[in-house]
Amino acid sequence: MKKLKYALFTGCTAKQSTPEQYMSTYAVADKLGIELVELVEASCCGASHLQDYDDFLSLVLNARNIAYAEKHGLTMVTICNTCQLNTAMTKHRLDKDAKLKEKVNEKLKEVGLEYKGTSLVTHFLYAIIDDFGLDKIKEMVVTPLSQFNIAPFYGCHNIRPSELQNESHKKAESAYRPTSLDDLIIACGGQNVDYEAKNKCCGFHVELQAPRTASILTGNAIAGAMDANADWMVTPCPLCHLKLDTQTHHASQAIGREVALPVLHMQQMLGLALGCSSEQLGLKHHLEKVNFIS
Amino acid sequence: MSTHVITTQKVNFKVFRFNADEDYLPYYEDYNMEVTSEEVVLDILNRIKWDYDGSFSYRRSCRHGICGACAIKVNGRSTLACKENMNNMIALFGNELVLEPLSIKRAVKDLIIDKRDFWEKHDAIHPYLISDVQEHPEHEHLVTPEEAEELLEADLCIQCGACHYACPVVEINEDFFGPAAFAKAYRFEADVRDDAHTERLLELHEEKQGLWDCVKCFECAEACPKDVNPIDKITKLHQMLFKEGVATSNVATRHAVGFKHSIAKNGVLDEGGLVLYSEGLGIVKHVPVALRMFAKGKIVPPWGIVKSQNLDEIQKLVKSSSTAKF
Repeated sequence: MKKLKYALFTGCTAKQSTPEQYMSTYAVADKLGIELVELVEASCCGASHLQDYDDFLSLVLNARNIAYAEKHGLTMVTICNTCQLNTAMTKHRLDKDAKLKEKVNEKLKEVGLEYKGTSLVTHFLYAIIDDFGLDKIKEMVVTPLSQFNIAPFYGCHNIRPSELQNESHKKAESAYRPTSLDDLIIACGGQNVDYEAKNKCCGFHVELQAPRTASILTGNAIAGAMDANADWMVTPCPLCHLKLDTQTHHASQAIGREVALPVLHMQQMLGLALGCSSEQLGLKHHLEKVNFIS
Repeated sequence: MSTHVITTQKVNFKVFRFNADEDYLPYYEDYNMEVTSEEVVLDILNRIKWDYDGSFSYRRSCRHGICGACAIKVNGRSTLACKENMNNMIALFGNELVLEPLSIKRAVKDLIIDKRDFWEKHDAIHPYLISDVQEHPEHEHLVTPEEAEELLEADLCIQCGACHYACPVVEINEDFFGPAAFAKAYRFEADVRDDAHTERLLELHEEKQGLWDCVKCFECAEACPKDVNPIDKITKLHQMLFKEGVATSNVATRHAVGFKHSIAKNGVLDEGGLVLYSEGLGIVKHVPVALRMFAKGKIVPPWGIVKSQNLDEIQKLVKSSSTAKF
């Protein structure tokens, strides 16, 4: 197989509040022989909040990010569901509206760039599944996670809106019955756990303005995983991770029940199965201790 | 002649049963049926009523996806029963299907719910044109096709409640208007004939009930059987708050605007700086968690932030492409 190579849009979180996600992305890419060209020129995607304030500016900034991936002639991979949403949404809108694309390109021209629409934008999870393949992952697993019940937490922006997300990868993912993360758990030798909150919202985006709503949603998610006998949770989204890992105190208070589980990034789970060390995966950066790895 | 072949499959339906007047708790009844590929979910409801139990209750009327009466949940997914083909449901969820009301806690009889909160929210956003209409106008009030297009899909709403009862915030925060009311509000906010833009926006700006409590989960976009795409309208209303000068400084508006400042300064986001800018003095409540995060290497100080390369490009674009003011 030709060596896989992607333009990596890290997003802001991986460089700040979830350093373990950044580390484990590279650790896993290294194990799988995937080459990542980091888009160091990229700006923040606006996280769907800039979009509430200034739609056009957010389009221009995201188009600029994609333009850099296009310059490399590579598919852009994201490692944050919300980066994925905002980048893929920009691509979706520009690709179907020539006038809007022209307006955005007028601005990009000022800095010598052009958005062409030639690069696909996909989350690393789907790049691994679509391009690398779960069968090959299975063959490469050296530490099967067979003793663990693992609760997948999908994160809204990787599965909704389905129309948009299904443009970004090959196998259609159902917003109501998603399978990608479950499939990855199984490929890693783990036991996937089914629970109602797995495709629900973590509350991240209203944490500042509606903390009670945010905390209840976080609490419900962890409680659902606990009630399904999960040993830990896994998510492809660093924003979900921040909620599930760092906000357990508020979540417990909000739902009137002590809830807490270790939460791994999708890359960390895969890394464990592929034999990466806990240092390489940054497991020490978690608030909810990942205490099952020697 | 059509070569379309009708296939049949065995499906087990677990159906929510409850009579608020008699039952202490709801229960589920199983119905095993042969289902043809031609049938929609409403056909199944009819067959349960006509062939098995005449007391089984659900709302139905037009059977053409326009009255909005028959929305229920199938395996947790909001579904307009008369529109959804059984083949799709089986493809999505398999041969074990759970039929429930849109909201279990609002169940009155079987699949019928008390939709009062939905209608109250709908009324609260003044879902009608507010305008000083001259009784004897000298000419028609013309609306150009371009202006009419601004309504987008918001005019297609059939008030079925599918999005409202799919919204996680509606379940938690009883003041929250919900996606259907927001989409309806957009329908009139985007109408050039309406004179109540500011008044309506002021209500939508209010915390707890208004737009800022939306969690951006996109459940509403997914649930809508008419492709109204409520979250898209919610985003547009957010933008209107700023455009019309209705947005006042609060934690949510500063949170949105703060992204621009951070991007102009660093290209990337300064997470700590954004929380400080949004919360102001309110940041103290985040200190306990922030200290724990700091101890785990999860907080980068402002001077440690790795700025985007070619930052000058980003700054130039922020200057030339900004369309909103605060």
